Amino acid sequence: MSRVAEFLTRRRGGSGWDWTDIFTWVWLIAGIFVMFGPAVWLVLSSFKTPAALAEFPPTVLPMATEQVMVEGYDNPLELYSVSMPDGSEQVLAQVRRVGTIAQMVDPDAPDEIVKVNIAERTPQRRVAFATENYVVPLEQNDFLLYLRNSVFVTVMATIITLLTNSMAAFALSKYRFRGRDGVMLLIVATLMVPLSVILVPLYSVVNAVGLFDSLWGVILPTVATPTGVFLLRQYMLTIPDELLDAARMDHASEWQIYWRIILPLAAPALAVLAIFSIVWRWNDFLWPLVVLSRKELYTLQVGLNTYAGELNVQWHYILAMTVVTMIPVVLVFVFLQRYITAGIAGSGLK
Amino acid sequence: MATRSISSRIGAVLAAPVIWLARLLNLPLKWWQGMTGTGGMAAFFLAPNMAIFGIFVLLPLVINFAYSMTSGQALFLSDRSYVGGEQYARLMDCGNYLDPTTCREDLFWIALRNTALFVVVQVSMMTVVAMITALILNREIRGRGFWRAVFFFPVLLSPVVVGLIWRWILQREGLLNFILYNVGLEPHVWLTDRFYSFVATVGVSVWAHMGFYTLILLAGLQAIPRDLYEAAEMDGTRAGRVFWRITLPLLMPNLLVVIVLALIRAVQIFDEAYVLTGGGPGTSTLYLTQYIYEVGFASLLRNPGLAAAASIIMGLILVVLTLIQLGLGRRNEKAGERK
Amino acid sequence: MNGTKRVLGASFAALLSASAVQAGDVRLMWYSDGVEGEVIQDLLNRFMEENPDINVTLDNVAYKVIMEQLPIQLESGEGPDIARVTNIKELANHWLDLRPLLSDPAYWDTNFGDQFDWMRPDGSDAIPGFLTQLTLTGGFANQTLFEQAGVEMPGEGATWDDWIAASAEVMQSQQTPAAFAIDRSGHRISGPNVSYGANYIGPDGMPAPVDDGTKTFATKLVDWTNEGLMLKDTWVAAAGSTYRAAADDFINAQIPFYYSGSWQVANLSSKIGDGFDWVATGSPCGTAGCSGLKGGAALVAVKYTKNQDDVVKVMEYLSREDVVKEFSERTLFLPAHKGVIEKGGLNWVTEDKNVGPALDAFVKASSETLPAADALPAWVWGNAYYGALVTRISQVMAGEMSLDDAWVRIDQDIADKVAQGN
Repeated sequence: MSRVAEFLTRRRGGSGWDWTDIFTWVWLIAGIFVMFGPAVWLVLSSFKTPAALAEFPPTVLPMATEQVMVEGYDNPLELYSVSMPDGSEQVLAQVRRVGTIAQMVDPDAPDEIVKVNIAERTPQRRVAFATENYVVPLEQNDFLLYLRNSVFVTVMATIITLLTNSMAAFALSKYRFRGRDGVMLLIVATLMVPLSVILVPLYSVVNAVGLFDSLWGVILPTVATPTGVFLLRQYMLTIPDELLDAARMDHASEWQIYWRIILPLAAPALAVLAIFSIVWRWNDFLWPLVVLSRKELYTLQVGLNTYAGELNVQWHYILAMTVVTMIPVVLVFVFLQRYITAGIAGSGLK
Repeated sequence: MATRSISSRIGAVLAAPVIWLARLLNLPLKWWQGMTGTGGMAAFFLAPNMAIFGIFVLLPLVINFAYSMTSGQALFLSDRSYVGGEQYARLMDCGNYLDPTTCREDLFWIALRNTALFVVVQVSMMTVVAMITALILNREIRGRGFWRAVFFFPVLLSPVVVGLIWRWILQREGLLNFILYNVGLEPHVWLTDRFYSFVATVGVSVWAHMGFYTLILLAGLQAIPRDLYEAAEMDGTRAGRVFWRITLPLLMPNLLVVIVLALIRAVQIFDEAYVLTGGGPGTSTLYLTQYIYEVGFASLLRNPGLAAAASIIMGLILVVLTLIQLGLGRRNEKAGERK
Repeated sequence: MNGTKRVLGASFAALLSASAVQAGDVRLMWYSDGVEGEVIQDLLNRFMEENPDINVTLDNVAYKVIMEQLPIQLESGEGPDIARVTNIKELANHWLDLRPLLSDPAYWDTNFGDQFDWMRPDGSDAIPGFLTQLTLTGGFANQTLFEQAGVEMPGEGATWDDWIAASAEVMQSQQTPAAFAIDRSGHRISGPNVSYGANYIGPDGMPAPVDDGTKTFATKLVDWTNEGLMLKDTWVAAAGSTYRAAADDFINAQIPFYYSGSWQVANLSSKIGDGFDWVATGSPCGTAGCSGLKGGAALVAVKYTKNQDDVVKVMEYLSREDVVKEFSERTLFLPAHKGVIEKGGLNWVTEDKNVGPALDAFVKASSETLPAADALPAWVWGNAYYGALVTRISQVMAGEMSLDDAWVRIDQDIADKVAQGN
């Protein structure tokens, strides 16, 4: 217990609490609720039945009305707690409801029907996870196929991004040639173009080169990310030129310099780019939706949206599949998170 | 430690074929280097990226520009009719530029005004929140890695999911009203209220992206030499003064990156807001990208020409804003050097 | 660079093989609002057992794909072989004329003939496909809420004012947040508009300026919203022509009266369960009539298919009377097949006692639509009109412009769309 107290009261200096310590902890604790709360809510909601999702006030945990088998009835009946005319509370099972009157029976004395106004009864509920939200779409859809496509897109796009961006960044940071600043300016300028704005022209280009309805049509337009080139170049600028000159003295070829010196030294920045690339490509939605039209090629994000119809959206499936698609990203983050700060810290953004 | 060794082992396995490939490539490249010199090598290193970049980023941009001078619904440029600056004229056709309702394309001007307001509010809020969080995470608190992860976590979510989660929380029958109701406060219909809807789009986008900016600032904070603070402490300088005189000036380059990136992203705000408010109530959270997307792509009678013209105007605004900021940053740097 | 080359080479090879069409392959693009995706898959599986040489692949997609991606695919001469589409009129040029290919075109003319104009260019006699379901807009009332409030539900011939007045009483008595809601959609308010005498179509077939009928009902809507009778969230909390349904509010007993359409029956049944009793009310009346608006999703063949013979076989199978009947019974959709409707006796697959009467009410109401409403589904500018109505009227509701400004803007928006589309 004392260790917990020690942990909780640990602060900057040895001397007493000042307002900054209090502020720090208020901020951090609030941070947990504000940052994690919504995601926890999403996960809990994904286990609710469609009816429970539409319900207000919502319950925090997924709930379902308890049911019992009553003698003389073929189907299980729902249990309600009823306030009786004499003021007592009683648990009754509902046989049927006609308008505002419910016909109920006592499960222990199933012969006598009691008529109750529906305002006088509240359902008896317990926690129940609607796992069918997960099972049905996983069975119904070629989920494994979507997963494979998503993994393929994410992995290929990330590898190509790392390779091409780092090569370009190397050229832009370690060579002097005419037009270098022009190229750099061009790349930075395109940082500012959101995809949703050039959807139609990009579609016509992808269509013209025959990449429509192919996973490469999803991958290629995303790999030349200006952000990646920019980030890596800034980082590589901090690598001293002397290292390169020394290697050249030893008759290393330029290619060797690139992959034996530059790449290892730029590893933290590459890790950052890798993480971002994985997260971006995994979450990409609009573009794959535009390019892919055959279900063999669907990525997870496109696949889960098949539950969005014209007039109704099957939220229970969408929520459940959203949770499923979040898992890999969170795992990647857990494994690679220590690189993120290291990488950004060193990426010349200082 | 266990995770480290596992991940490094995975890394080694993944790297093996890459290394093998790199060795294989060395010979032909050496020959190429001999033929063309280092200049040729620069071209070689740039080529793959610029080829992809040229085809899939630059070319669409050029086509987009060409679109803005044409009209009709056709997808391929060759089927579209040239109209010169007509689309721009239509966008600019206003009785009074300060009053969107006098404009022919009133929605464009409303979106422009909303976006401007959003950018100002969101970027300043983002900077302040990220700064406070970075300062706190830079303190000697237990479990720093954990806390960092807490604040970084939403960056991992797709914008669509972010918008969805928050709509479920903020809608009339959502979680927030449920909480308010339970603690005895009056529930409010947040998303039909002009003010709160705007605040919601700002808040949610800060929520989703602050982790990234916090880390950039944190990296800068950690690079500030410790002895500077120790010296200040010995002089008995007050915390506030230390922040203004030491931390902030030394953090300036990172802060600049944060502001530039946040600004670029804020102008492009789309998915989260689109899913969260759909641009409503009325048109109070209709932002530029949504306008362009709906005009050029999502409506039943698409008008790619008008959308392209609007996007070109938006691009111009961005370039100007960035140049101003970079200019300011450079002046600051120079002022710093002179000191 | 040969590594990259190899990767690229392999990918292009994969690409080519993927896009090569094999004889016997039919791709069907389909979106779902409920269980219809499963039902159609069942039906197709049965078809493939009967025709082992044809392989039908059902591509389940988001509705967004049908609306946004399919049109640009079609424009570049691509697309699936068959698709389930709602904007069938605008894309009519891309559909395959099945007439010369069908073994019995007379069967199609008899049973689906009324709706062919909805999906073919004006003046053509093509058979592009058939409606998988007919929809009709109409109201739903929460009978239990009305009973609890002791308010009599308005009967046959009741006007919109009657319905809203009665619902307002229920709202007062039961403390619901609002009295009623209409889905946020121009299509949804067009039936009521017509009931008040609106006619969107000018004498030349082009869009007419907003007329008094539309103005009357739209003004009522805005007033009802301002008075807090119409649920504000649905219309106000979105911009542009975004579709928003108020079904969840009705399901949650937040509104006693809800104007939507026949397609909601399955949704209401599954989500309300035993929560309360509800009835379909048909469309309330205006000064000119009591009209709803018909619509529906069609299954159409795409003319860029490389596999016409098999496409025709699939279409003929899916349009068979017994198949249509089973599809309707299991999805709780109204059939568009004349034979099926006239024979009646559909065996709705449900245990919910509210469903049968509700669907019957819609069948009955479908005979009360006015000519001006019946002309809309086959009118190419319908969606342009609907979009402008929604965009501007919800701006009025949000207090951003006056009704008079809105009429001007609506006419302008539609004129822009017409100029754009020609």
